[in-house]
Amino acid sequence: MATTKLLIAGSGGQGVMVMGQMIAKAAILEGKKVTYLPSYGPEMRGGTANCSVIVSDNEISCPVINAPTDIVVMNLASMRKFEGKLSAGGRMFVNQSLITQDSSRDDIEVHKVDAVEIAKKQLGNEKTSNMVMLGAIVRMTKVVKMESIQKVVEKTFAGKKAAMIPLNLEALEAWQAD
Amino acid sequence: MAEKILMKGNEAFCEAAMRGGARFYFGYPITPQSEIPEYMAAHMDEIGGCFVQAESELGAVNMGIGAAAAGGNVMLSSSSPGIALMQEGMSGLCVCHLPILLVSVSRGGPGIGDIRPSQADYRQATRGGGNGDYHLITFAPTTMQEAVDLIYEGVALADEYRNPVCILCDAMMGQMMEAVELPEHKEPVMGDAAIRAYKPWALTGQGDRAEKNRIHAMPWSPEELQESNLEQKVYYDKAEKNLVRYETRDLEDAEVVFVSYGTPARITTEAMEMLKAEGINTGMIRPISVWPYPYAAFDEIGPKTKVIISVELSLGQMMEDVKLGANGRWPVKLISRTGGVLFSSQDIVDETKEILKGVK
Repeated sequence: MATTKLLIAGSGGQGVMVMGQMIAKAAILEGKKVTYLPSYGPEMRGGTANCSVIVSDNEISCPVINAPTDIVVMNLASMRKFEGKLSAGGRMFVNQSLITQDSSRDDIEVHKVDAVEIAKKQLGNEKTSNMVMLGAIVRMTKVVKMESIQKVVEKTFAGKKAAMIPLNLEALEAWQAD
Repeated sequence: MAEKILMKGNEAFCEAAMRGGARFYFGYPITPQSEIPEYMAAHMDEIGGCFVQAESELGAVNMGIGAAAAGGNVMLSSSSPGIALMQEGMSGLCVCHLPILLVSVSRGGPGIGDIRPSQADYRQATRGGGNGDYHLITFAPTTMQEAVDLIYEGVALADEYRNPVCILCDAMMGQMMEAVELPEHKEPVMGDAAIRAYKPWALTGQGDRAEKNRIHAMPWSPEELQESNLEQKVYYDKAEKNLVRYETRDLEDAEVVFVSYGTPARITTEAMEMLKAEGINTGMIRPISVWPYPYAAFDEIGPKTKVIISVELSLGQMMEDVKLGANGRWPVKLISRTGGVLFSSQDIVDETKEILKGVK
């Protein structure tokens, strides 16, 4: 009966859509119901981007999210825009590398993830910062199993980009919860 | 059972059309359906079909007329202002009794509009955006799976009814991803011999026929044009008899009956659950065919209903059909947004309560 309503927001180029799609694909592997709704439009690298992902054991009536159970904010503008919509008691994942400000809510659970720093220093590739965040989301929300996300990573990078698989799998595990 | 795969709406629409036998696609990019020509460009060739990026929407629809006249199974697609540009051709297809499948992914309007979800092309689809006495057989799916199934079936239905079949989607349906089960590939009708057998009216060359097949874009006399229109009316009557489709939900005890289609029907479904939690019983009529419209569905409404509310992303274009269905038996109200703005389920809940205050 569990339903996760996840909103992932950031700026174009931060891998926001990829995070949402990977969760959606992993949920399908587990036989769950899923909807993925991207913001779209005349958007570009550096512009705003967000996607809504709903994962449920039941049929999903509405793909549009009123009050997310979890949100991921990759930049400050996204935190300002979306933290007010989060359900009381919900989780907010904050990209601490770009957001130093504290949340204005005291009725939610905040997880700070130093995604860019971890990607740069620990993994040597800043582009894996979204995978670091994705790992954090999956571990804390259990919206899908880590093994399912690993399978999706392996499938996504199969073929010419297979050399990227170990780095991305490592990125999923890189963040240590406080 | 086939595997369920996660697909973007626009891409799933293409797979459904190709699997349903469409082998000719002519198009021109326009958001929010540009993934359709992109996908067709990549994949139509693989199954022996033909993809052409036309110079404009007008070019695309006229290429469609040509291919359909020669007996090919054609898919066209566009979004609001692009569909507007195709209307001369739509009317032209109808006077020629030619089948095509049209996927219309609506965005905000009028004019160039914006690229956000809208249902402001309801009249364009159901009342004919072109001139003359004709209808488009129009279905408005709500989920990705329903869209896939209707597109797949639509290729054959167009042939059966000798008329364009329109699949009317809002922009969200084109852009979102959902799991779908794709149907099996149908054997396409390709090559003169096969087309001749399946579509004896098609322009496949005289061969051993006593007379050439002719397709008249312009019958010469009013009597001939009337005869041509009445011939097509036989199909329209048949459509009104056989193609009316809808779904109802909880009509028996409903104080309020919503009428909604496309993605707004999904948002309304969530609003119904929220209202139920507050002790307000609601029901829904969800038209699947919007031409022919399911007027008969309104006869199923129970004795407790006080008001009918049309929930749509236009200034009440479908509400006109809702009023025809209600036929004075209940007051008809509207919950709407326009121009690409979306309502939330909470908005629908709040506005429903407001409407109920004014109804006895």
